[in-house]
Amino acid sequence: MIPAAFEYHRPKDIPAVLALLEEHGDDARVMAGGHSLIPMMKLRMADIPHLIDLQDVDGLGGIAIGEDTVRIGAMTTQADLIDHDGLFAAAPILREAAFQIADPQVRYMGTVGGNVANGDPGNDMPGLMQCLDAQFTLVGPDGERRVPARDFYEAAYMTARADEEVLTAVTFPRQAGGYAYEKQKRKIGDYATAAAAVQLVKDGGACAEASIAMTNLSDTPIWSEAAGAALVGTGVDGAAIKDAVTAMLGDIDPSEDNRGPVAFKRHVAGVILTRAIERAWSRA
Amino acid sequence: MKDDVTSREDRVANLKGMGCERKRVEDARFTQGKGNYVDDIKLDGMLAGDFVRSPYAHARVVSIDTEAALQVPGVLAVLTAKDLEPLGLHWMPTLAGDKQMVLADGKVLFQGQEVAFVVAEDRFAAADGVEAVEVEYEELPVIVDPFEALKTDVVLREDLDPNADGAHGPRKHPNHIFTWEAGEKEATEQVLDAAEVVAEENIYYHRTHPCPLETCGCVASMDKVNGKLTLYGTFQAPHAIRTVVSLISGIEEHNIRVVSPDIGGGFGNKVGAYPGYVCSVVASIVTGKPVKWIEDRMDNLMTTAFARDYHMHGKISATKEGKITGLWCHTTADHGGFDACADPTKFPAGFMNICTGSYDIPTAYLAVDGVYTNKAPGGVAYRCSFRVTEAAYFIERMIEVLAIELGMDAAELRRINFIKKEQFPYHSALGWEYDSGDYHTAWDKALKAVDYDGLRKEQAERVEAFKRGETRKLMGIGLTHFTEIVGAGPVKNCDILGLGMFDSCEIRIHPTGSAIARLGTISQGQGHATTFAQILATEIGLPADSITIEEGDTDTAPYGLGTYGSRSTPVAGAATAMAGRKIRAKAQMIAAYLLEVHDDDVEFDVDRFVIKGAPERFKTMKEIAFAAYNQAIPGIEPGLEAVSYYDPPNMTYPFGAYICVMEIDVDTGEHEIRQFYALDDCGTRINPMIIEGQVHGGLTEALAIAMGQEIAYDEMGNCKTGTLMDFFLPTAWETPNYTTDHTVTPSPHHPIGAKGVGESPNVGGVPAFSNAVHDAFRPFGLRQSHMPHDHWRIWKTANDLGLHD
Repeated sequence: MIPAAFEYHRPKDIPAVLALLEEHGDDARVMAGGHSLIPMMKLRMADIPHLIDLQDVDGLGGIAIGEDTVRIGAMTTQADLIDHDGLFAAAPILREAAFQIADPQVRYMGTVGGNVANGDPGNDMPGLMQCLDAQFTLVGPDGERRVPARDFYEAAYMTARADEEVLTAVTFPRQAGGYAYEKQKRKIGDYATAAAAVQLVKDGGACAEASIAMTNLSDTPIWSEAAGAALVGTGVDGAAIKDAVTAMLGDIDPSEDNRGPVAFKRHVAGVILTRAIERAWSRA
Repeated sequence: MKDDVTSREDRVANLKGMGCERKRVEDARFTQGKGNYVDDIKLDGMLAGDFVRSPYAHARVVSIDTEAALQVPGVLAVLTAKDLEPLGLHWMPTLAGDKQMVLADGKVLFQGQEVAFVVAEDRFAAADGVEAVEVEYEELPVIVDPFEALKTDVVLREDLDPNADGAHGPRKHPNHIFTWEAGEKEATEQVLDAAEVVAEENIYYHRTHPCPLETCGCVASMDKVNGKLTLYGTFQAPHAIRTVVSLISGIEEHNIRVVSPDIGGGFGNKVGAYPGYVCSVVASIVTGKPVKWIEDRMDNLMTTAFARDYHMHGKISATKEGKITGLWCHTTADHGGFDACADPTKFPAGFMNICTGSYDIPTAYLAVDGVYTNKAPGGVAYRCSFRVTEAAYFIERMIEVLAIELGMDAAELRRINFIKKEQFPYHSALGWEYDSGDYHTAWDKALKAVDYDGLRKEQAERVEAFKRGETRKLMGIGLTHFTEIVGAGPVKNCDILGLGMFDSCEIRIHPTGSAIARLGTISQGQGHATTFAQILATEIGLPADSITIEEGDTDTAPYGLGTYGSRSTPVAGAATAMAGRKIRAKAQMIAAYLLEVHDDDVEFDVDRFVIKGAPERFKTMKEIAFAAYNQAIPGIEPGLEAVSYYDPPNMTYPFGAYICVMEIDVDTGEHEIRQFYALDDCGTRINPMIIEGQVHGGLTEALAIAMGQEIAYDEMGNCKTGTLMDFFLPTAWETPNYTTDHTVTPSPHHPIGAKGVGESPNVGGVPAFSNAVHDAFRPFGLRQSHMPHDHWRIWKTANDLGLHD
């Protein structure tokens, strides 16, 4: 568990980061909290001759709560998310989700940016950000661009981010209505067997808006438009929930691993989603 | 001291002797990060070693090219089997009478097997060197199933003559290791044939791993000037390691010093000898410098000694009323590529013949077939005496299956079959003499403590509510009454590699009334420095705080067989008491001389000798110690020292009653432990606080094993659980609350009546957790499912029973 030798860079600003990326190309990777990249390097599954640590880069931290939008700097840790009361008021699902990520020690190091940028299907934040309809800010040699979370993930570890770009922030609308982040895992520190992020808006007795995403049930997070649509206009009764689950099960494609075979994962996905919808609706 | 007015009660308390909750003296350094583990050892010029390991489970090694590795800056040498062969060290003996490759000799037999050893200036260069060694393999068919191993033409161990006997008798197939039998085959079959009721079941106890927090490692230092080899390492049996090193290296035993420093958990994983030890010694001899080798977590999980992997086929017979008449068991034991079990020589399946458990079973038969497969070697006693968890799990599952067959309550079935108090010493059908027990008292106390009848009523109501669709959670009540067999053991039937399994204690009393005691055991977290001092305090009347306990350095400690199988208290604890009594006997003579009376006219009283009938006239042990060194006493040698080598007359048989109440979510397969009650009877209790800690730790490992922990392989022999992401090690989050309780039935043959406790909770805990899962599904027709009961397996049980329809 000892990585190959590498050069360690600790730039102070984004231009310096971009310069390093340009100089070293494929040989360089940026590191946020390091909880995904460092183990891969230690296993020698990732060979990174130039490691660019973002810890000292200006402007990558901070949580800004606007009137309509929330902006979270890429280097914001999971612990920061939990501690921020303004964020809890604007999008309480983040605290609920962050509490279900790893353990306190990891949450002090693990960052939002690293979690969403890595493209690991096991990470919780990508699905959550799709549920919130977040935008990811990418900065590269050609300037800044924004990519919707729902368009960002292409395959496991494959994203819309170009090699020379750095993900600097996530932005999403202030949330209304009921929410739930439901996750089944084998133990503390584990990735999800199945996890669901649900946001529901209630108008009168009916569901006016619904956004549903699930984690670790395909090689990317799955935001199911059809699952949300199945709830809109209904009273979120048993039949509607069943329709939403059916729609989601049509979109996911889990594979067998140590957590269990495909049939089990599909069953659990339905159970977890049902519970998440019920809890979100009870809060709507 | 003649004006001593301290009350007797205060004098007893001052000793901190047996029975008191003395705080652990080890914790001052462990809680401050001041422990001294093997990886803390840094010697001048020390080099680092690391292994090139096989990615394949079964392959020929066509070639090994070390040229590129030797070009890596800092790499000094790369050892292969060819380099070790001239020294005769390319293979080494295992504790089970087999031999094991130190480095791949032409082929590899399991994934992760040691192929080459890279020696470098530091561990970083060593890791780069490992990466640069080029090995060409030719893949061979992989056998991961022991039943297939006994049928296939694929021969795993081509080094063995297929027609020759193994270390434990005839072999039936080239991949067969041994058959071991106990009890009476024909008589048992007759009983089963004639029985009113027979229950039959296949019970698999899966492969798992002890996974101590500190992995295995060593530092070998050959001093070429004085010819002395020092070997520091994570050894549960330092003296045995010294003898083995001497036998295989030819270095005389007096020139070898083995030191076990602080050890961060062993649980059986650190009993055996590993290729890393041999390679480090050779590398130190070759380079003339100290060489350190420390495993990483994946090395530890994938290659060092696993535990269990027993496929047990059982039959149990009874009368219609539930009186058990016979027990039959055939076990297929998957030992992996080499037989590296750590069992006493005459017991290749350990003490599996304790599988009649706590029950008076008149007729029984056990056969165990050991088999080679393409998996890592091992088969150690993971927090249990040799194969005792397997035995306890087997009988406690068979009892449950029989209860289903009979339509009986499993608690009552146990009660009517327990060995009765008056039957002890009890001779079991499979050959053991149980020393003492009072199972009915323990059982009744346990059932009452949890309100067993109330729980059963609640469970019945829950089943009805479930059937009405009002809940998706089931409730299981897991029962276990286990009997351990620990304290190996009598030299007449217990040895490892011919080394008798006695143990030892040497005591030196210092002139001012403090002492040092050295033992042949070695603590890995058990708290020996605390508890052995308590035994001595009570025996010799000096405060435990004035007694240093030292273990683990073979240059100073008396010879002993080490710590595993709960043997430290039964064997070394007995030696400690006996050595203490020798001290006391001499002290008595000194006291009598000082008091100017006959030896028989003084008697021991807590911390002093008093004149019988005149307790105001006394000499304290402190005074006696000073006199022993500094006063000329006619007929008595100066000094106050004693040594005892204790060969126990029998094993000890701790027992206990455990009850687990579990909630199970049939839709997700998740569980919640609502209540866990553990009653342990370990005989005389030395330190209740340490016992409670031992029970909590053992139960938590039992929880892990029963509910998720496994070493799993795919059909290609790839280990699927090589990291702590997939290998379940519970944290505080997954660990439930435990309620501990006890009864005290002293061992009649042990000097202080103690039996040992560290492993009981794992032995009793695993069936208690597993039985709770099974019990939850019993109303829906479940007889047997296999551990570990992780989410998907519980879900599958529910699914197979139609509970998701």
